[in-house]
Amino acid sequence: MERKTVQITIDGRLLEVEQGSTILEAGRQFGIHIPTMCYMEHLSPYGGCRICVVEISQNGGKPFIDTACTYEVREGLVIQTQTPRIIRARKMLAELLVASAPNVKIAQDIAARMGLLKVRFPMEDNRCVLCGLCIRMCYEQMDGRALGFVGRGTGRKISMPFQVRPDTCRLCRGCDYVCPGMVVPCQGVKEPGELCGRCIRLEEMPNCCTEGTFGCFCDPNPI
Amino acid sequence: MRKVKSLKDLDQWRDDILLKQKRYEMTVSVCGGTGCHAYGCKKVRDQFAKGIKNNLMDKKIRLRFTGCRGFCERGPIVTIQPHGIFYQKVQEKDVPIILSETIGKGKVLENLLYEDTSTKRKISSEREVSFYKLQNRLLLGNNGLLDPAKIEDYIGIGGYQALAKALFEMEPEQIIDEVKASGLRGRGGAGFPTGQKWNDCRHAQGSPKYIICNCDEGDPGAYMDRSLLEGNPHSILEGMIIGAYAIGGSHGYIYVRHEYPLACQNGEIAIIQARKAGLLGKNILGSGFDFDVEIAKGGGAFVCGESTALVASIEGRVGEPRSKQVHTVNRGLWGKPTNLNNVETWANVPLIIERGSQWFSSIGNEKSKGTKIFSLVGKVKNTGLVEVPMGITLKEIIYDIGGGPQDGRKIKAVQTGGPSGGCIPASLFDLPVDFDSLTQVGSMMGSGGMIVMDEGTCMVDVARYFVHFLEEESCGKCLPCREGLKRMGQILDRITEGEGDEESLALLEELSEVVADTSLCGLGKTAPNPVLSALRYFRPEFEAHIHQKRCPAGVCTSLIQYVISEACTGCGACAKICPTQAIVGEKKQVHRIVAERCSKCGSCKDVCKVEAVMVQ
Repeated sequence: MERKTVQITIDGRLLEVEQGSTILEAGRQFGIHIPTMCYMEHLSPYGGCRICVVEISQNGGKPFIDTACTYEVREGLVIQTQTPRIIRARKMLAELLVASAPNVKIAQDIAARMGLLKVRFPMEDNRCVLCGLCIRMCYEQMDGRALGFVGRGTGRKISMPFQVRPDTCRLCRGCDYVCPGMVVPCQGVKEPGELCGRCIRLEEMPNCCTEGTFGCFCDPNPI
Repeated sequence: MRKVKSLKDLDQWRDDILLKQKRYEMTVSVCGGTGCHAYGCKKVRDQFAKGIKNNLMDKKIRLRFTGCRGFCERGPIVTIQPHGIFYQKVQEKDVPIILSETIGKGKVLENLLYEDTSTKRKISSEREVSFYKLQNRLLLGNNGLLDPAKIEDYIGIGGYQALAKALFEMEPEQIIDEVKASGLRGRGGAGFPTGQKWNDCRHAQGSPKYIICNCDEGDPGAYMDRSLLEGNPHSILEGMIIGAYAIGGSHGYIYVRHEYPLACQNGEIAIIQARKAGLLGKNILGSGFDFDVEIAKGGGAFVCGESTALVASIEGRVGEPRSKQVHTVNRGLWGKPTNLNNVETWANVPLIIERGSQWFSSIGNEKSKGTKIFSLVGKVKNTGLVEVPMGITLKEIIYDIGGGPQDGRKIKAVQTGGPSGGCIPASLFDLPVDFDSLTQVGSMMGSGGMIVMDEGTCMVDVARYFVHFLEEESCGKCLPCREGLKRMGQILDRITEGEGDEESLALLEELSEVVADTSLCGLGKTAPNPVLSALRYFRPEFEAHIHQKRCPAGVCTSLIQYVISEACTGCGACAKICPTQAIVGEKKQVHRIVAERCSKCGSCKDVCKVEAVMVQ
């Protein structure tokens, strides 16, 4: 079967990409790095963390911001992944994320990758970043339908129906497998509010997964 | 109920209704809007019904329980036709007097008339009241002429004539062209051209096509959509049927929040009546066109006013928005093309079809046509629903229609567009009210809330209130809206508590811009507007909180102190009302407030007759 392609421009490079793919997929195929948190290959895109925002312009129009993981490529799209506006937005999002869940490895990793070394908000200690990967894993890959979001706004959390494990859950642990919060807490942090910046201070600090035991499926380079 | 099978039937029915109505000598209309319900209009209506029956006048006098008349400040409102007498603040006890004096002897009761706030003249007719004079009540005006629970009333004032015209004299494309030419823009807030949306939906691939009316109004202080649906549900149905015919839709939903019981009820009644009359369902008016509508009740989530979240809610899923690269006109309800418009947009459609696009586009200004309903609330004398032509200035709305400030204070700002809008300072009150002008100054039309604020309002507190409202109403799906609004709320909390520092404002601004840039849906994208506009126009107030630890408006409790001045006569009223027994003093001597015990509730200031209690 012949595959249809469209031409798009990412960061000035003219690329021929498969029709129906998203900007993120197209970019990654060509080695263009767009950071993500709530995205995982083979699960449906969610567009919740907004870390993967890019600037898109169509037919020479005014550029607008949307998430690369949900936006499907179209002929003639011009995409910028590293403008000052995008970098500022990603930095702020990383700061919000790490302030809310400083002990979740992916939050620290993203913050480090953005070069953040200071957080201007009071730190909290949430273990869930509400990426929704577990829900999509359960629903889409395992056909479990055992998990979902409950509550609204800041009261949002992940739960089984009425906090009871339904029969559809087969204890496959798919949810644990994809959860960025199940990775063993980052060892780099010593003081509350401190950022470890592990990824850019490798020699100073041991790999946080050396002690990984339960539930540690840490990808050496998750973002 | 009569079944209308053709155009001739409809005309015949209308003639019969008019003939029947002529038999009555007089019509007494009691306002049954939400505001008047709170004032006890139901009892007034029951009294009238009883009185009319007891006096054996029910052959002569028709009693009508109408929808909202707009002037909610003065409810319950009673009008008597054909004399055109306008009574306000009518209580149960006034009813027998009205029946015997006004209806019996034709005498006008002075004490129930509206007194002009500036000239102090008593005014007997509705048209002369300054609140109504400048308005152009194309949509709301009919509320006073009909009982929303009676389809006959609507047919009597020419209802469903536009539908007949659309079905029998116009092609679908012609209707779309007419709506395009009229310049009607979506009244939900963003102002997207309605004709264009219809056209996109008509040409979208897929069937069936759905038609949705969005009545998930949830802005604090706004109630125009519910009042339209409560007061004139048939006009919305008529608009939807015309729209469905133009677009090729076969099924419609009116999405109402269940907190609006009267809107749900009147909408439901209207649908049942229209179905029985053959105006909904199969083969409408014998034209061969099929369309039906049902009510979908929402749980009252603010975010469900967003089109994709609303669609999710109707489908039975959690009301959360999705990425909008593919619009709802192409892939909406159950993945099918869906045309969603606001209540007010739909109500405008029959007018455009009946009177023509040229007439409609003659109202308003260059880029915004027609009229817009605002709910004028806050610190003005005349609060209520006002319908004005687009392009009118804010000054005219606030000072001429609203009657200016209450209790002599100066008006400082007006907040338009609800939580998604911004605060416009008094210096910009010459601004014409239309979609583009409001956006330009950092606010927006929104669904039409208009909250007037005077010197006693702290802008930091207002910004804080709206941010907390949205933080609670955010669905929590995307990070910038969930976490960003929470952090914005925390920063504003700290500022109002006098703990803000140099960095606070810069951080607040940066955060606001990122939340606006990166949020998933309209709720988050517009959420920072109240903060950004307050910072833009009232920065000195923020700075006073931060640098001088002072709240200029005397609102933020952490930064103020209540004191009693020498003017105190020692009456003891304040000491009696104080919930924390913080006020001490001998009788007829100047009293004193013990600061440690004071909870800063302000009750003492409210009760003091000599204004000796002051805020420092």
